[in-house]
Amino acid sequence: MATTVLEPAHATTAKRSVLVEWLTTVDHKRVGILYGASAFIFFLMGGIEAEIIRLQLMKPDNHLVSPEFYNQLFTMHGTTMIFLAVMPISAMFFNFFVPLLIGARDVAFPRLNAMSLWVFILGGLFINFSFLLNSAPNGGWFGYAPLSSREYSPGVNMDFWMLGLQILGIASLAAGVNFFTTILNMRAKGMTLMRMPMFVWSVLVTQVLVLLAFPVITVALILLMADRIYGASFFELKAAGDPMLWQHLFWVFGHPEVYILILPAFGIVSEILPVFSRKPLFGYSAMVFSMAFIAFLGFGVWSHHMFATGMGPLADSFFSLATMLIAIPTGVKIFNWIGTIWGGSLQFKTPLYFALGFIAMFIMGGLSGVMHAVAPADLQQTDSYFVVAHFHYVLFGGSIFALAAGAYYWWPKMFGRVLNETLGKTHFWLMLIGFNLTFFPMHFSGLLGMPRRIYTYPAGLGLGWLNLLSTVGALILGFSFLVFIYNIITTWRSGEPAPADPWGGATLEWSIPSPPQEWNFAVEPEVHEKDALWAMKRAAGVRMLPEPPRVSGQGIHLPSPSWWPLFTAIGLLVFMVGILVRGPVSHAFPFGLISAAGFAIAAFSIFKWSYEPPDHHTSHIAH
Amino acid sequence: MTAAALPHDSASAHEEHHTSLPVNNRKLAIWTFIGSECMFFASLITTFVIYRDSHATGPGPKDVLGVPLVTSGTAVLLFSSFFVVMALNGAQQGNRKKLLTWLSLTVLCGLFFAGMQVYEFTHFVRDGMGYTTNLFATSFFTLTGFHGTHVAIGTLWLATLLKDAWKGRIPPEKSLNLEIAALYWHFVDVVWIIIFPVVYLMSLGHK
Repeated sequence: MATTVLEPAHATTAKRSVLVEWLTTVDHKRVGILYGASAFIFFLMGGIEAEIIRLQLMKPDNHLVSPEFYNQLFTMHGTTMIFLAVMPISAMFFNFFVPLLIGARDVAFPRLNAMSLWVFILGGLFINFSFLLNSAPNGGWFGYAPLSSREYSPGVNMDFWMLGLQILGIASLAAGVNFFTTILNMRAKGMTLMRMPMFVWSVLVTQVLVLLAFPVITVALILLMADRIYGASFFELKAAGDPMLWQHLFWVFGHPEVYILILPAFGIVSEILPVFSRKPLFGYSAMVFSMAFIAFLGFGVWSHHMFATGMGPLADSFFSLATMLIAIPTGVKIFNWIGTIWGGSLQFKTPLYFALGFIAMFIMGGLSGVMHAVAPADLQQTDSYFVVAHFHYVLFGGSIFALAAGAYYWWPKMFGRVLNETLGKTHFWLMLIGFNLTFFPMHFSGLLGMPRRIYTYPAGLGLGWLNLLSTVGALILGFSFLVFIYNIITTWRSGEPAPADPWGGATLEWSIPSPPQEWNFAVEPEVHEKDALWAMKRAAGVRMLPEPPRVSGQGIHLPSPSWWPLFTAIGLLVFMVGILVRGPVSHAFPFGLISAAGFAIAAFSIFKWSYEPPDHHTSHIAH
Repeated sequence: MTAAALPHDSASAHEEHHTSLPVNNRKLAIWTFIGSECMFFASLITTFVIYRDSHATGPGPKDVLGVPLVTSGTAVLLFSSFFVVMALNGAQQGNRKKLLTWLSLTVLCGLFFAGMQVYEFTHFVRDGMGYTTNLFATSFFTLTGFHGTHVAIGTLWLATLLKDAWKGRIPPEKSLNLEIAALYWHFVDVVWIIIFPVVYLMSLGHK
């Protein structure tokens, strides 16, 4: 990569305060960091909810929390972890790294990107605000109608859930359009689709799933809103409504959502294993096609969540077989990962630990998944702790292990410091032990008959010691994240500055300084092979890249900061608040004055946004 | 490669970036959004089909739905798709008069369709079919209401472009602004081409 000497920068224009800079930022890297920071806080909240659940179930006949609060805890734990933690932590990596990995200056629509961020943050705050009113959602993260209808869920609890998810859905859809366009259209010269880093592939496939799955839950939530707030009866049996419609719409979204949560994890691990094995990814094209095949099948298997609803043997058989098919492309991926490390010169650094932990834990979750695919067996396992064990092996053992791997791997690029290795490995071992101690016994408590979502259980069923083990495990698991936080703090204070390329990376992000300058690439890269940076280093005959110079970005076009994404998000929030208070408070207004105000704010902001000049010359001095 | 060091004309710089596919970012984005919207309307149409016979209380499709009026609305919407193409053609040729004429007609068509729907809805309510009368009514109003909202947003969008065109802000090199709105407008029309037979024609024959 040649560098161009650029003209010295002019003095910066009017200094903006740091707060204003972050509130108006449209830089994909800052948006990514804000996504990560807010999602990590939500993750900790979801973790605290889980710890309280575990403390409540620690022993039989326990009364630590009330049954009502327990319902709120498990509903919010699921909702938080799926929508406010795993998805947005993945979104942090999408935001920060997709443009860097494809050699772009930014995403296709930087202000839309900022809007996604603020809509997400405000939506997350909206749902969690319900705790302050002592009415957090309490009908399960799946919101099964008619349990979630006004009759069985009076109060605003499920209103918060349903409106909050609407808000979050808008953030996801906007990001979906943005990243789909970015990846297809903003790749560096020469980066064909089959030369893209695997993580970028995983993001592309994930966005396709988001774009096709989220509209379906949007409709489900609209119908639920019609029932709960406008007196309709889509899911009311006594008015000829059909609760099964909810289940179908929900799981047509809900099953692809599982892949929305796990595919980015596949992508992250596929980046880390080659770098720490010093070998290219084994079976690249097989990996790509199996990922696409998984996504395709993901849309055809939603009813395996409904075996117990009485769909009939034909439907059960079809969905059973379709579900088992998914094991094939997933198996292909797992063997390719093993093929990648096979015979590699492994560098046992923290990211590799977490990536290997991911493979092991995900295999466990996949195997119990095959057990669920057998419809008759599923009738025994459904709604028991066996299911809880299964999906935590997939979503914690899978997604969270991979996201942690990604955090350790990409931390130096994001913040310019390498996280402490000893603390990182301590984090890994505590997390691995705590995780297995928590969730492995659940296979047994589930098969022994312990149902999900119960508040407590009587003594003498033989469930006490298994639950005690799970609770001890959960405390260790929780503690492991305190080690992670301690690692972040000490690294922040006294960590070693990271070189541009601390791991000997294969992809373009390691070719620029850590942390990257606002304009990413002083010169837009050109790519001729997969593993573009490795190819460049091979051509130059080096293993590590010399430190790239920091240059001024004079003359590079960057999008201007803007208030309108934030204001649009605020308008949307106000709109939803209006619908929320309309239910119990003001039936007088057909539309609601608050909603009208929110709509006006959003419409005005979008209008101003459309007429804003999109970019400016940077005049920052290189820092 | 050395784009960073070259001086830029700020007006042209943000118009045409290098793209990997031979399609502009914004056009690709609107196509992507339309693909996503297909799932939205597919779910709503499915819901309507499931509940179309649920009218034990209150009127059913045969009692309320009137084909002649809606056929005129459908025709107007179809014509508007042609009009917006003519407007775009005018914009691309730099023919301001052509642009303004056809774009005004398109906006009028949008207004006509929205007005027709408002008339139809109030008519139904007067005939005793409110939003919650029965499930047929609820799913009918939800589906056609969301389509109507799309028409209203599209009309508003085209109206802002009409204002721009009036002030001469849509020269040929900025015709993409209109093209993107036109793509959305065609999509809204196509959805109606599905809703019209499924809701009005097939429901009438059904029961």
